[in-house]
Amino acid sequence: MQPIQLQWIDYTILIAYVAFVLGIGWALARYVKTSSEFLTSARSIPTWVTGLAFISANLGALELVGMAASGAKYGIATAHFYWVGAIPAMIFLAVFMMPFYYGSRARSVPEYLKMRFDERVRALNSIAFAVMTIFASGISINALAKLLTNLLPWQFDVKIGLLHLGSYDAYLWICSGVVLLYVLKGGLTSAIYTEVLQFFMIVLGFAPVVYLGLKDVGGWHAMNHSLQTVAVHPAAFYLKPPGTSYAPDAWNSAWRPVLAGSAHNPMGVDWFAIIFGLGFVLSFGYWCTNFLVVQRAMAAKNMTAARNTPLVAAVPKMLFPFLVIVPGMIAAALCTLPNKDYRIPPPIVSPANYNDAIAAVRNATAADDNNFNAVSAAIGKKLDHDKILSLIAANKTSQLTDTQIKQGLYNSVAENDYDEVILSLVKKYCPPGLMGLALTALLASFMSGMAGNVTAFNTVFTYDLYQAYFAPGKSDKHYFWFGKFITVVGIILSICAAYFASMFLNAMDVIQLVFGFVNAPLFATFLLGMFWKRTTGTGAFIGLFCGIGSSALFQALTTVPTNLNAAGHSISVVKGGYLGVLKVFPSEMAQNFWLATFAFIVCFTLTVVISLLTRRAKSDEELKGLVYSLTPRIVDTNLPWFRRPAVVGILLLIACAILNIIFW
Amino acid sequence: MGLDIRWPIGLMFTLIGVLLTIFGAVKKSASTSLDININLIWGIVLLIFGILMLWGAIRGRKNPPSV
Repeated sequence: MQPIQLQWIDYTILIAYVAFVLGIGWALARYVKTSSEFLTSARSIPTWVTGLAFISANLGALELVGMAASGAKYGIATAHFYWVGAIPAMIFLAVFMMPFYYGSRARSVPEYLKMRFDERVRALNSIAFAVMTIFASGISINALAKLLTNLLPWQFDVKIGLLHLGSYDAYLWICSGVVLLYVLKGGLTSAIYTEVLQFFMIVLGFAPVVYLGLKDVGGWHAMNHSLQTVAVHPAAFYLKPPGTSYAPDAWNSAWRPVLAGSAHNPMGVDWFAIIFGLGFVLSFGYWCTNFLVVQRAMAAKNMTAARNTPLVAAVPKMLFPFLVIVPGMIAAALCTLPNKDYRIPPPIVSPANYNDAIAAVRNATAADDNNFNAVSAAIGKKLDHDKILSLIAANKTSQLTDTQIKQGLYNSVAENDYDEVILSLVKKYCPPGLMGLALTALLASFMSGMAGNVTAFNTVFTYDLYQAYFAPGKSDKHYFWFGKFITVVGIILSICAAYFASMFLNAMDVIQLVFGFVNAPLFATFLLGMFWKRTTGTGAFIGLFCGIGSSALFQALTTVPTNLNAAGHSISVVKGGYLGVLKVFPSEMAQNFWLATFAFIVCFTLTVVISLLTRRAKSDEELKGLVYSLTPRIVDTNLPWFRRPAVVGILLLIACAILNIIFW
Repeated sequence: MGLDIRWPIGLMFTLIGVLLTIFGAVKKSASTSLDININLIWGIVLLIFGILMLWGAIRGRKNPPSV
């Protein structure tokens, strides 16, 4: 509720981080002389670095904030996003797909598509990716600017002609400037190195918060015990509408509530949606084809390093739920403990509204519905009926201070802003010093979210758009300087995307929706391309194009119960059903997973059928090294067992299965 | 590529570790959370981590990096 008071040590840690990040860029500058070194790191990075960068590039700001939010909303089942929705795909990428990405000597994922298929498929993929990655970058830096505006006391207020610039603008431009500087100097290597730094910052910055949180709730078993109260009465903590109730283990058990059916778990999904929609389509679609992460593996020193990169990344990925999801569970558990004086933060209420509501409480004649409505209207948010009535009654018996009434109002807002959970725990447990470390970890992940996306953007734009279609055959120096130029453009476009995301309430939802449309069919194209030599360019292009279209169509014809008005029509375009409601899913997550399943099937089927109907444009000789059946098997029997990707992959799958069983 | 990443990581965490340790030792009451002087303890952990990283970097300079 109150802004955080930062002290000199917190600022020192923050400034130290920024100084080091800029220093890394400067130190690398003399080694970055060619377009290959600037854009792709020229295959020079050791495995442990690419592995940690691989996982860090994915661990954006939204992941940290979002996973804590989901941990509060859904409990340990959120770990499905890691143990089902990431590990299997990462292992598949390492063992089966990296040989094609790395062996083909493609400099980007779209370039692989061009080699395997033709220019049409490359163009579709590179344009879609370029747009998405800029939006992802903008979302990251927007979240950072908002965070700093709420946290730091520095006020900025400048009028330039008609432009009125405030703190948000200052932080946005300054942080973007820092990212631009170190990426311009050191290229992809800068981004990779700072991603590794970010990884350690996050682990070391948030581990103490998790430890202190667990200590506060009385330990792991005590936390699970408290979560049983949450599962049986979620409405008491504003997690679900009144009347909803689940089995006591709904927050502690990852699989049992899912297997019981979509009505029996807070996520509202069934097992097929989780395993096929999330675990196969969305998961493989992201981890195996998204150039943001694949680029880090492609920067590895050699084939073995490239294949081991996702495997190295899989180890921390498996353990991350304990770092990022558990805080959310701790928050939910804290709500049930009355002496902790904690609730999941409500949406922000302006001081003016608080004052009006305080006045309404003071002026209330009696603890009845009329006065409750008056207070509700004043504060502008949904309120807990019983709590407000007792607040009014308490004020009547003994005159409460403004602070006490405000606290009472704060505790009575019947909505939760889950994105504030992680920050609320940091405020609760971190003294000055540790606070600076945790906040710098957040800052690090937001900034590297922008850096990672911009370095993926500049590579795809330079090689797959500029060199391919606008200016082929120029000198390497030409592309080197273009790469730098397009990096500046990328940062500016990201800033524009950030403004877009900040101005429109639903912008984030729309952007995520479009990401989903594009990602869903993608894996079908790659799967068929890499493992079936008969797949033709025409088949791939039409399959992918129609796959994206079918995603949009599916979303337009289905929706969720909260989006239906009294007449059964869709309220908001973002939640679907605006062309008609053919099916209502129990939750948005379920709708998302089924949409992915549908798009995958459409893309797969169309690609197969049209490939069989069209002639192959490329001979077996041309496809050597690009398709499984036409590529010599990699011989790694000379390596010790712990360096063989297939062996390590199997061991990791077993470890992942064990985790699933422990948290069954 | 040219710069061994363990240098900046080691240096930064050693620096932050020293800062937190000194702050935790000097400002004991401000540094406690749930009756633990978390700044002091975690500062030492970071310091050890930073030194381990630096040791790795120094060893890396002596032996050229292998595959």
